[in-house]
Amino acid sequence: MKISQNWLHEWVNPQTDLEEFCATITMAGLEVDSIEPAAGEFTKIVVARVNSLEKHPDADKLNVCKVDAGGEELQIVCGAPNVREGLLVACATIGAVLPGNFKIKKSKLRGVESFGMLCSEKEMGLADQADGLMELPEDAPIGTDIREYLQLNDTIIEVDLTPNRADCLSVAGVAREVATLYKSDLNTLATAKVAVGTDATLAVSVTAKQACPRYTGRVIREVNPQATTPLWMVEKLRRAGIRSLGPCVDVTNFVMIELGQPMHAFDLDELKGGIQVRMANVGESITLLDGKEIKTTENTLLIADEEKALALAGIMGGEKSGVTDKTQHIFLEAAHFNPLAIAGKAREYGLHTDSSHRFERGVDPELPLQALERATELLIDICGGQAGPVVDQTSKADMPQRKPVQLRLERVNRMLGIEFEAADIESILNRLGMQLKKQGDGWLVKAPSFRFDIAIEADLIEEIIRIHGYNNIPRKLPTYQPAMKPLVEAEIGLQRIKDILVERGYHEAISYSFVDPKWQAAIDPDIEPVKLANPISADLSVMRTSIWPGLLKAVSHNLNRQQPRVRLFETGLTFVKQGADLVQNAKVSGAITGSIVAEQWSAEDRKVDFFDAKSDLEAILSAGGLNDVYFEKAGHPALHPGQSAKIFKKNQAIGWIGALHPNTQKKLDIDPPVYVFEVDQKLLLEGAVPVFKALSKFPEVRRDIAVLVKQEITVEELVKSIKSVTSEIFQEIMLFDVYTGTNIEDGLKSVALGLILQGFSSTLTDEDVEKEINKIVTVLNDRYGATLRE
Amino acid sequence: MADLQDILKQALQAVADATDLQSLDEVRVKYLGKKGEFTALLKGLGKLPGNERKEAGQKINDAKRTFQLALEEKKQQLESAKLNAQLSSETVDVTMPGRGQQPGGLHPVTRTMNRIKELFSDLGFDVAEGPEIEDDFHNFEALNIPSHHPARAMHDTFYFDANTLLRTHTSPVQVRTMEKTEPPLRLIAPGRVYRCDSDLTHTPMFHQVEGLMVDTDVSFADLMGTLDRFLRLFFENEKLETRFRPSYFPFTEPSSEVDIQCVMCEGEGCRVCSHTGWLEVLGCGMVHPEVFKHAGIDNEKFTGYAFGMGVERLAMLRYGVNDLRLFFENDIKFLKQFA
Repeated sequence: MKISQNWLHEWVNPQTDLEEFCATITMAGLEVDSIEPAAGEFTKIVVARVNSLEKHPDADKLNVCKVDAGGEELQIVCGAPNVREGLLVACATIGAVLPGNFKIKKSKLRGVESFGMLCSEKEMGLADQADGLMELPEDAPIGTDIREYLQLNDTIIEVDLTPNRADCLSVAGVAREVATLYKSDLNTLATAKVAVGTDATLAVSVTAKQACPRYTGRVIREVNPQATTPLWMVEKLRRAGIRSLGPCVDVTNFVMIELGQPMHAFDLDELKGGIQVRMANVGESITLLDGKEIKTTENTLLIADEEKALALAGIMGGEKSGVTDKTQHIFLEAAHFNPLAIAGKAREYGLHTDSSHRFERGVDPELPLQALERATELLIDICGGQAGPVVDQTSKADMPQRKPVQLRLERVNRMLGIEFEAADIESILNRLGMQLKKQGDGWLVKAPSFRFDIAIEADLIEEIIRIHGYNNIPRKLPTYQPAMKPLVEAEIGLQRIKDILVERGYHEAISYSFVDPKWQAAIDPDIEPVKLANPISADLSVMRTSIWPGLLKAVSHNLNRQQPRVRLFETGLTFVKQGADLVQNAKVSGAITGSIVAEQWSAEDRKVDFFDAKSDLEAILSAGGLNDVYFEKAGHPALHPGQSAKIFKKNQAIGWIGALHPNTQKKLDIDPPVYVFEVDQKLLLEGAVPVFKALSKFPEVRRDIAVLVKQEITVEELVKSIKSVTSEIFQEIMLFDVYTGTNIEDGLKSVALGLILQGFSSTLTDEDVEKEINKIVTVLNDRYGATLRE
Repeated sequence: MADLQDILKQALQAVADATDLQSLDEVRVKYLGKKGEFTALLKGLGKLPGNERKEAGQKINDAKRTFQLALEEKKQQLESAKLNAQLSSETVDVTMPGRGQQPGGLHPVTRTMNRIKELFSDLGFDVAEGPEIEDDFHNFEALNIPSHHPARAMHDTFYFDANTLLRTHTSPVQVRTMEKTEPPLRLIAPGRVYRCDSDLTHTPMFHQVEGLMVDTDVSFADLMGTLDRFLRLFFENEKLETRFRPSYFPFTEPSSEVDIQCVMCEGEGCRVCSHTGWLEVLGCGMVHPEVFKHAGIDNEKFTGYAFGMGVERLAMLRYGVNDLRLFFENDIKFLKQFA
């Protein structure tokens, strides 16, 4: 909310400077967002009168004016469309300096001398735009400094109000708060009842009493449609950020800013029969003041007449029934709407108005009558006319009930961690205008009607500490009894996994959880991703089912920035719909491309391949033990069919590893081969508590065998078969060579395995060893037709 | 015995002339070997009369010892020269970089979250986590933000349908924890959160750390003390000023925003702090009775505080990062700086 310091000072004027004032209200919860002067920096602009003008001889759009600026008559060339004889204007005289350090000097415009400049509001820094000269009232005193005349030595303070402080959405509200904070006097507004000058009235029937517990209004007849809003009001509205739109609308806006009561003025001649305040039927149509036509939805509160909807109650009036510069008779409305009836409605219709902003946060229910009188007074002052009697439809039963709130001293002190005396609290609450009644250890507190936000004890505790000052509370550290916590040894922390990858040269990436549907489809074409209803952009519109899309985008980002070697990992949730359930699985994902090590002076420059990625993956899997881990050749739509595997742990599939399929690379526009892996965190992080196995005292024996098998037989299959027949002397198996080529029949490969055998109770004899090796050779021969290579 | 002196002279000359260990050994063999000259002299003693033999033997042995000493000395000289030559040939430029894989690094957001977790862990706060696709109840309703609440407009929520959304804060984790755990509670909940907002200073996804403490006598003074301590330790600045400013969150009351003295200008006023000298870094407050009610916690018996902080904001201030969007581009040149 923008508030003029001068206006505020009419209400309350504490002895302080601007900086201290802003700090004080900020620290009381009225956060000052910005402080701006009411006008730009300028000098020597005075009130002047255009005595006469004639067309510039050489320029169609320019006029040569004779101007009375309080001294000798000046000749000034002016291009504004609204310049005319007799107009009172703001005139920058020779030597004036305008905002932006623009100096006014004697000049020639197309050969005609000009001794100054006639100004628009924009040129004086009063508005962001203007379509012509600023027009001053006829009684403006010629020669007077404009800064003095418009009282421009003012500051506009913008306060960022939290939703609970709607009571401060007015000059009166902020003034009350300031008076409380500074213990200053508050000048209240003495609104006299305006004398009723006509019997004219309008029937008001409220059927939606819960939504509108109070509706007041009155007819005002014979207002002068030619009247203009006085400059002081235009200026006050401007400083509150509101444009002048004619006296009727200006007065309602003025009262809203001054007192906080949103109002509306109807053109009486456009109303058919009385006013009805009712819930809308679905689909009623209404063209609003902004020209937008809407169809009403459920639970919309309407102001209507006998025939049609007139306004969205508390949000915006209708175009047809609004006042215009032809309106002669008006109906003024000041109502109280239940916040629940308005809340969220404006947003639903894509609107946000000063009125809806206030009503959905709450307005003082006792304000409408005062506001109505104030508006009537101002309106008749400006436009003349006769006021009709006030119509007041108040449903007492539906008015907000303000029950006294219980407040306990012990609770205040326990909650805040401070030792208040009862008198401290009473003093603060009294300053806030609360009525207290002693009750036991505390009080029953009744808040004034404008503090409609006070409903529970916590609200009062907040008020107490707010006025006392948050920073006057002594800061404590909670006492903490250190206690040992359960420590599950078989659980591996995710941080351990991250550290392993970091040590192996990976950088951690964090990508958005929503991704481009195209990238998502390139990775997981068979899964329908979960779609956002309101994505921020099309390329961030579906939830990732894998971390790969985001990670690969990061790979691509780096490849495009002269980083040919990329090693990235990311951890986080993936989102997959499974029937009615949405599964949010945490995963660890990695991607590598480029050289195995950063370019260096002595290392072999080798590009990474499948087994480099696998080695990194095995490194993180080994944190939980590799015993129950195995890989199976399997096809994945995004991966190379010959270089992709499913990862198993404890016989459950936990992820994938592979080279990106060349087609995937093409779709993602990534050129160099990329190797990726992804595993579920849950099983990855399941380790085991080590179990000791006694060491043998006897020597171990190594036997190497090389077998010839068909190329498609995997090493994993051979190893599994071997392990299925070995005895307790078998210790370990190592793959040390795989060979195809010269001397090996086409379609076959030679697999060389090192076998470690060791006895536990005696040294192994040749016979023991032969027996074990024979079993192995036999099973490989039986199952795969493997033959020993000589 | 002029002969002996000549031999010794020649022998010593030969030692001096030797240039390497091999030629030196040849000299040794020539004079001391089985057929060596000194050996021959000693063998010749037998031919001398008995009374001369002893004296002659003495002289030969003296000469031989002189030769041996010279030989030994020369040998050491040559060995040492050889070693020096070897060492010299094996010398490397020790300033050249080491070989092999170089470590990568953690993302600055992780680094910052770890730091926050560690500081609160010392106060007994456990880490809790929750889903990122949330329901309306846990993200809003249970936090005292009913559907019509103006605060909803400020949350810029991403929706899937009327009831399913991307969490807009990590506060639902406190609700979920309170639902299933009896107080006392001390937890922090770090994680990703989402708001439908994207410009220079907003990304549609960012990270928060939520904190919650519930016990029989937790006070606002405790909250202030804890956060004040945390911020000083986080920024490693014992003199860092903090201030608590009244604010509003539907799920806490009293509510406060916490400002720190600007870490860029030390409160003098600069572009980063919009010339106010203060930077807003945290939101906090005492748990609202409605929140306890939704979670089934006795509002009379227990009090609690909650706080929430933006991780990227803290990371930016801590490391001087000037563009929020860099956190999610994953540019290696950026990530490397935090390794």
